[in-house]
Amino acid sequence: MASSCGGSGGGGGGCGSQCSSLRDSPSVVGEEGNEILEVVENASVSNGHRSILRCSKCGEETAVYNKLCLDCFRSFLYNKFKVSVTSNAMISPVDCVLVAFSGGPASRVALQFTHEMQLKSQKNWDASKDQQQPLPVFGVGVAFIDERAFYSANNSEIDEAIEEIRLTVSTLFPPAKQLYVEPIEKLFSLDLIEGKARLRKLLDTIDDPTGKDDFLHYLRAISLQKVASENGFNKIILGSCTNGIACHIISSTVKGQGYSLPADVQYIDGRWDVPVVLPLRDFVARDLIMFCHLDRLRTCQIFHQSECGINYLVSSFLTRLQEENPARVRTIVRTAEKLSPFGFNKYKEYISDDMVPSRLRSKVQNLRASESAPLETLCPICGTPLCDSDLVNLKNRKCQVECDVFVSYCCASCRYQIVPKEEDSFNNFYSLLPQLFTRRVKNGLHVDHNQLREQVEEFLLSDDDEECGDTA
Amino acid sequence: MATMEKARRRTTASSLCAICNQNKAALKRPKTAQQICRECFYSVFEDEIHNVITENNLFKSGERVAIGASGGKDSTVLAYVLSKLNHVHNYGVEFFLLSIDEGISGYRDDSLETVKRNEIQYGLPLKIVSYKDLYGWTMDEIVKAIGLKNNCTFCGVFRRQALDRGASLLKVDKLVTGHNADDIAETVLLNILRGDIARLGRCTYITTGIYSPNAYRGFAREFIKDLERIRPRAILDIIKSGENFRIATSTKMPEQGTCERCGYISSQEWCKACVLLDGLNRGLPKLGIGRTKTINGGGGSGGVKPGTKSRLSNVGMKESRTRSRQYSGSVDF
Repeated sequence: MASSCGGSGGGGGGCGSQCSSLRDSPSVVGEEGNEILEVVENASVSNGHRSILRCSKCGEETAVYNKLCLDCFRSFLYNKFKVSVTSNAMISPVDCVLVAFSGGPASRVALQFTHEMQLKSQKNWDASKDQQQPLPVFGVGVAFIDERAFYSANNSEIDEAIEEIRLTVSTLFPPAKQLYVEPIEKLFSLDLIEGKARLRKLLDTIDDPTGKDDFLHYLRAISLQKVASENGFNKIILGSCTNGIACHIISSTVKGQGYSLPADVQYIDGRWDVPVVLPLRDFVARDLIMFCHLDRLRTCQIFHQSECGINYLVSSFLTRLQEENPARVRTIVRTAEKLSPFGFNKYKEYISDDMVPSRLRSKVQNLRASESAPLETLCPICGTPLCDSDLVNLKNRKCQVECDVFVSYCCASCRYQIVPKEEDSFNNFYSLLPQLFTRRVKNGLHVDHNQLREQVEEFLLSDDDEECGDTA
Repeated sequence: MATMEKARRRTTASSLCAICNQNKAALKRPKTAQQICRECFYSVFEDEIHNVITENNLFKSGERVAIGASGGKDSTVLAYVLSKLNHVHNYGVEFFLLSIDEGISGYRDDSLETVKRNEIQYGLPLKIVSYKDLYGWTMDEIVKAIGLKNNCTFCGVFRRQALDRGASLLKVDKLVTGHNADDIAETVLLNILRGDIARLGRCTYITTGIYSPNAYRGFAREFIKDLERIRPRAILDIIKSGENFRIATSTKMPEQGTCERCGYISSQEWCKACVLLDGLNRGLPKLGIGRTKTINGGGGSGGVKPGTKSRLSNVGMKESRTRSRQYSGSVDF
């Protein structure tokens, strides 16, 4: 845990030696990943005829994982990724997408595959320049949220890791991608030291460890939104994989958020200012870790999940269940898939018709025609839609004071685990809360997305970003 | 809210009951984390059950109701509270105790004694139905036939049906069971873990209870205990989640038909108990267990009825067709 992630200094080159060191340092692929690598290694050793095993698909190369050779495994994953992106219209040619990058295997794979898709369309663009109306190339940016203010972590290690990430991103060209490193405390104040102090004070008002954990998650999401809208991105790609989503499903259930659960498990989450998409939803962590290892993609786990609270308990429970049945996480996600999604989980008008591949056009139009989804009231802290009982409470409560109105709009789970119960500490909490949260509730009238956008518009920086220059 | 918090703090210091503020607190109630005295706990507990009964209109005056009694804590408390509430609030309900004797030597004898004591203590008539009488097999004999593995399936299926059959012998209108919040929370979790959306919608209904024996049930139970330690209200939150799941109205609930053989409610041609019993009597005790292709509708997710077989394979073909289309037709930008 204490070791730095990846090689120190300029360790970008000699891949061979680095990859052999992959297995020695647990922080490179995470502890779970290390176990998986060992299991695979042991299996092939015990078979005793490693060199004889051929890929079950091409029949030529040596099988390295799941009876597939590296190339077949890679194209299997890449095709799966491409299908999930194209069949859900996650990226359209005029888009400018921001990949949320944590350094872990899942977001590394998301970044890699997004880059490869971009590269391909860039080639198509270059080749068809003379013809009329070639499809434009979508822009890609990378965001890393620096959460060191939350964890009291070693500064130099994190700086090294960020350098490593910078190096990784710089190797992914053409087209070149810009990396945005956003300190999480920037939400609180432009002055980082003051912001950090405010963040610490705010965290002190939250008693529940799980609440603190979740609050960090909401801060991260809102930071990504901020980076995206300030730099002209119109989609955010998250690397949430099946395992992470299964954990989220169980922990939401445990926190009593059964109603809002389906909102978080869909491919598209359009309730935010900048829509969020999850192309890796159907990928199991095991595959992703193995792929990073085999394809020599450098990963690093920079921030570690706190080892207390409900989220940790749930993830260790799931690890245990997977030992019994490795497909269990997939079953959990499939169960949640069957719950009815919300209106904001569908395609929105942000896709213009002529940019949609002809194959999908009728599908999108149909969805648009049937679009009469009621506007959900969202919790200002976690953004989950409020269930009927919460709404009834909301109607019955007639609040005058601004901060009371805010509380009445919060979902039951946030009220329990995040909002402080004592008056003094609540006032403190409310005064420290970044405006992006408090602005979601105004004068007892919930602000809908378009209104929110109008309000934020004037604060958005207008300088155009070269990297994602909109060619349309 | 703040004043309440302060009040609670004060009582903690003097360890007086948080409700009556007079007696010494005897326990910390997991549900509310309040420290309360014995008497207040009784009255709060009984009031809550009374509220559940009246809010959900569980009983009507003049009804005959059987209490499923195992001799364990849940059903003993249930029998006590119901008979007491019946007197206090005048439900006008006639209660009976109903016990199942699985025929496991050395296991049920003690608990049946407890139930017999309850019969005298609370003055409730008791009926004991045994597997031997209903099915001609005791659990001991079944274990001998099938071995130590998988016999839970028999026990679970037979018990659920034996309760209903016992209820019909007693000519009661309703059957109450001592499923507590932990049990229901566990069922919600298990149904998520195995992807049973239809049951997920049904398992928190207050007037039903399902039994689901599984290998990972033990993990789930342990997980719930761990959760309770960190956050006592998590169990009630799970149930709340279960009640609020947005399940599409088009989700097909298993249809309730009747078993062609015994007339008991069943979602298949034959009820699960008949399938199992048939297997036992024909000397094929593994019939109807696990994911083997059973002949006569194994029920649940395991079995496939002959009539539905072709339909299922059709669906499978359709799926593979759409998948191949997806792969071949993906579009690059």
